Amino acid sequence: MARELSSGGNVLLKTFLVGILLGIAATAGALYSLPAVDQHREVSLVTVAPNGGNQESFHINIPMDRIMVGTAGQKAGLPAGLDWPQDDVLAGVSAELFKIRNARDVVIGVAARTVAKEEASDVIDWVLHIPARGTLFVNMAPDAQEGGHRIGRLRTGSNEFALLKGFVVERWVADTSGEEDAPAGRIELLATYVGTAEPFE
Amino acid sequence: MKYLIALIIGIISGAAIFAAGVAFNPFVGKQGLSPLAVTDSQTVTLTYSGVASDDVVFTNDGESRISPYPEKVLQLWEASIRQTSASVKILRDGRGQVAGLGIKISSLSEATRLFAGKAIVDSVWYVYLPGRGGMFIEQTENYWDFLRRIVLPAYRSSANIWQGSWIGNLTAGPGALGTAKVAGSSGEFSGLEMLAVESLTVRAWRTVGGPLAAEGQLLIELPPDADDESPVDEALVEDE
Repeated sequence: MARELSSGGNVLLKTFLVGILLGIAATAGALYSLPAVDQHREVSLVTVAPNGGNQESFHINIPMDRIMVGTAGQKAGLPAGLDWPQDDVLAGVSAELFKIRNARDVVIGVAARTVAKEEASDVIDWVLHIPARGTLFVNMAPDAQEGGHRIGRLRTGSNEFALLKGFVVERWVADTSGEEDAPAGRIELLATYVGTAEPFE
Repeated sequence: MKYLIALIIGIISGAAIFAAGVAFNPFVGKQGLSPLAVTDSQTVTLTYSGVASDDVVFTNDGESRISPYPEKVLQLWEASIRQTSASVKILRDGRGQVAGLGIKISSLSEATRLFAGKAIVDSVWYVYLPGRGGMFIEQTENYWDFLRRIVLPAYRSSANIWQGSWIGNLTAGPGALGTAKVAGSSGEFSGLEMLAVESLTVRAWRTVGGPLAAEGQLLIELPPDADDESPVDEALVEDE
């Protein structure tokens, strides 16, 4: 009787130990193979430019995609309750945060536009962050071109955009649809990418 | 039946043992000394508050541990940006004076590998220092050490709070030595390619709301040939 109980206990213990090994193996396998982070991806809507390079169009619907507008001396900032720093050092700096959309009007990232008034000329920079793809950093020309658009140089980028050079055209397009829930207009950003050759290894 | 129960308890125990082994493995996710800590070049040091409610603006999907600030800020709820946060911060120099404005945008990275001690966040900074110029910082951050030394102990605490002193480098790349890439864009930084490291000092952290007392630091190494050409602001620049 005692021997039978002992034998049953051994089997139980062995089953428990096998369970531990299975648990370790299953957890290791799950941690190794299952992605901890899976970013949502929208299809990249890139077209080939007639004079070389590729083009991609982004836009921001105003006012619905505006996250923040901060500038010194403003009476009512966006969002409500914004306490923009009133320090003299930042008197000439303003910043805006937006959601950015692709050509299909789907939100694909977050953008920041800053304007700094300096003695020599204004500094206008864009950061376009698209989580699944990377980030574009663009230095805009301080002066607008004829027609109101502004051209900027793609200074650098990360991930998918790391090896690209090119330029970005920024322009304001007022809404003319007359629809009740239409935006007041949109900021269009047309990026033209020109790749740089990678050396053969 | 009893064998099945033993097997299930064994599997659960095995999973717990493995998870504990990964979380407390001292050889995984160990942080080394920042290469910029021993640089001979001049560095720019900028600090900021690590508490979201000290930011000018902080926004995320609205369902994360840290709540957006101000309360009515637009939230990043769309599928493509649900794992992204954006903040605007006041940057201070070594004397605690306002030196400029920093915009940080971060997204959880698909390079995250918990098995290997990598809790990766892809982030970018836009830094503008009035009178000096602007720069763009691109980095991958590893929060593994932060998670196991602060977040896990906070959850184990009966008060759901961690208190102590933790100082760690967040930057883990893309530079080969674990540094961030910095591209100067205007003013005295125009055209410069630099390196940077972001670090965080945490003194109190709670499971609901995140950091209670924390301070971040950006250490930016100026290129050696910039020493002679750039006007030096003593409050910002430290000669190592």
